[in-house]
Amino acid sequence: MRLLIALLLVLGLAGLAFLAGRARGERMAVAAAGGNSRLGTIHSRPVHHGAYVALLALAPALIVLAGWSLIGDRFVEGQLIGTLAPAEQPASRNDRQALMNEVRGLVSGDLPTAFNPLAARLAPAYAAASANADLLAGALAVALLCAGGLWGYSRLRPDFRARNRVERLVRAVLLLTSVVAILTTFGIVLSLIFESIRFFRLVSPVEFLTGLQWSPQTALRADQVGASGAFGAVPLFWGTIFIGAIIAMAVAIPLGLLSAIYLTQYADPRLRRWLKPMLELLAGVPTVVYGFFAALTVAPLVRSLAVALGMTDASSDSALAAGLVMGIMIVPFVSSMADDALTAVPSSMRDGSLAMGATMSETVKKVMVPAALPGIVGGVLLAVSRAIGETMIVVMAAGLAANLTANPFSSVTTVTTQIVALLTGDQEFDSAKTLSAFALGLVLFIMTLILNIYALAVVKRYREAYE
Amino acid sequence: MNPNPAQNPAIGHNQQPKMTARGVNVFYGQKQAIKNVSIDVSSDHVTAFIGPSGCGKSTFLRCLNRMNDTVDSARVEGDIALDGQDIYAPQMDVVQLRARVGMVFQKPNPFPKSIYENVAYGPRLHGLARSKAEMDAIVESALRRAGLWDEVKDRLSESGTAMSGGQQQRLCIARAIAVDPEVILMDEPCSALDPIATARIEELIDELRGRYAIVIVTHNMQQAARVSQKTAFFHLGSLVEYDDTSTIFTNPRETRTKDYITGRYG
Repeated sequence: MRLLIALLLVLGLAGLAFLAGRARGERMAVAAAGGNSRLGTIHSRPVHHGAYVALLALAPALIVLAGWSLIGDRFVEGQLIGTLAPAEQPASRNDRQALMNEVRGLVSGDLPTAFNPLAARLAPAYAAASANADLLAGALAVALLCAGGLWGYSRLRPDFRARNRVERLVRAVLLLTSVVAILTTFGIVLSLIFESIRFFRLVSPVEFLTGLQWSPQTALRADQVGASGAFGAVPLFWGTIFIGAIIAMAVAIPLGLLSAIYLTQYADPRLRRWLKPMLELLAGVPTVVYGFFAALTVAPLVRSLAVALGMTDASSDSALAAGLVMGIMIVPFVSSMADDALTAVPSSMRDGSLAMGATMSETVKKVMVPAALPGIVGGVLLAVSRAIGETMIVVMAAGLAANLTANPFSSVTTVTTQIVALLTGDQEFDSAKTLSAFALGLVLFIMTLILNIYALAVVKRYREAYE
Repeated sequence: MNPNPAQNPAIGHNQQPKMTARGVNVFYGQKQAIKNVSIDVSSDHVTAFIGPSGCGKSTFLRCLNRMNDTVDSARVEGDIALDGQDIYAPQMDVVQLRARVGMVFQKPNPFPKSIYENVAYGPRLHGLARSKAEMDAIVESALRRAGLWDEVKDRLSESGTAMSGGQQQRLCIARAIAVDPEVILMDEPCSALDPIATARIEELIDELRGRYAIVIVTHNMQQAARVSQKTAFFHLGSLVEYDDTSTIFTNPRETRTKDYITGRYG
């Protein structure tokens, strides 16, 4: 709250700095023109002078405020703990956190009373210290703002290149925004890697990547039954590929490709205007809805089919049910990429083939699809990477049994399903069971990353060929 | 370069015309692109369609093998016949028609396949070769007639799209003549080529003359004068004048033709 007030104050002052800079720019422009209205005697327009002063004022103040909001509280906390007698010092990090949470609760009024008498004693001190610290930070920000603003203001001259400097600053800000997403991704990858390293200290990577037995339940007591703690992830990888790359693609490739061929080559433009958005609407259905559909509608049908085929022990959460529905979910990806690829083939190819006396289907088969093939393949690879990372459908429909089987009617499990299962509920965070989720996530990430890089390279090379 | 057939009345006047058009109108939606055009095309010589941009010469050319069918809004009225058969009649199979009336486009459009496969494309479609040896012979003779054989005989398996623009266009001509059509339509075949490649194509057209009825659309009047024996001048969708090329270029009947030939507009 206090920080918010400081922020508003800083923004208001920066606004004033802008007005001051612009006013000075205008005075310089008038003076330089010397009464006549000729332009060009002052390098930048007044608005740039204003923006320059405002930016110089704003940047350091914002950095101080942002930094303070990140580390300020910890700083106050450290000071506060330091005032305690050695005997009263919290023993562990957890104790310290518990204590401080209670203190903060008391100060904000969320907690009516404290369990820990120490917290009740610290609360007034904390309130005072944090108010002081915020005041200090606010004052520092305003001081920096004034300094920056005055320095910027003092630099304004008729030949000062305020416009160029403002442009450069704006460019830096834009660069920063685009870097944020990339840095976040790096952070995610790093956290995956660190947790995976912790896992691989407990379980050897060779066993993880080549073992055929997946049974992550580790024993809590020495005599516990049914807890073998085997971390061979091959059945999971197989299940992922079986559902996402084999069954789903067996559905999605024919449906997506043929519908793209129909829409680009045969359909009346009016029909295409309706059909294409409707097909793309499939991509907007939340995957959890597909999950319902797979678990409640398709899975029983698949099971009845299996029973009718004589498999009396057919599972109700079969690979086939999950794969079929996932295939339907992927159709719009495949069809929209194939559509783009087919549309990008120059119409002169089609005309050339038709003018040779080829029928439409011969033209599609022998000229259009081969010419668009790299784009189509790229689209399919992207779809595969989407499918193997898909979670909701398989969680709801694919089951948890890690079977290494090629029977589509039996239950298999996927990497994503296992990650969800491993991290659901109360978990200790240092057991191999929990940490294995990160190793699985890392493998999945590497798989989809490679698929995406390769697919984008294929698509790009193909685009170059036609542009 | 060419013996001028206009000076030889025996050529072009004593034979049934290969294609005839009578009262042809073409509409794109509401807009009329071709107005009441009647013309005869003979097998013996090269016929050129000239005229300013947008005059309808390409549109009319595309009526002759029904390529306008691929344009949804296009509508063709009137009679166009190949050897006396109405090509717009319901019993006419457009696939067979296009096998008999080949086409070469403005921009070279080889398929992204090997040189060999480009030429073999049509013969394969129409089942013209029963064996690999027969297909090889068809491909070789088409490439020879297109004057491309010596340049590509050692790299038939390379991609057709990797050749130079002029070679690509000759490949497209080879592709068209591989199915041994009766008529070849050329829609500004040199407009994307440099002068040397253009000269090469023009020589080729001259070599193919007499074997196929050739119709060439061009906006280059010198080209029409060089390669054709008959010239049709189109303006604003109408056929203004159709006569021996020498007459059109030296002594046109119509002022509009004369103005265009002498560069007063276009």
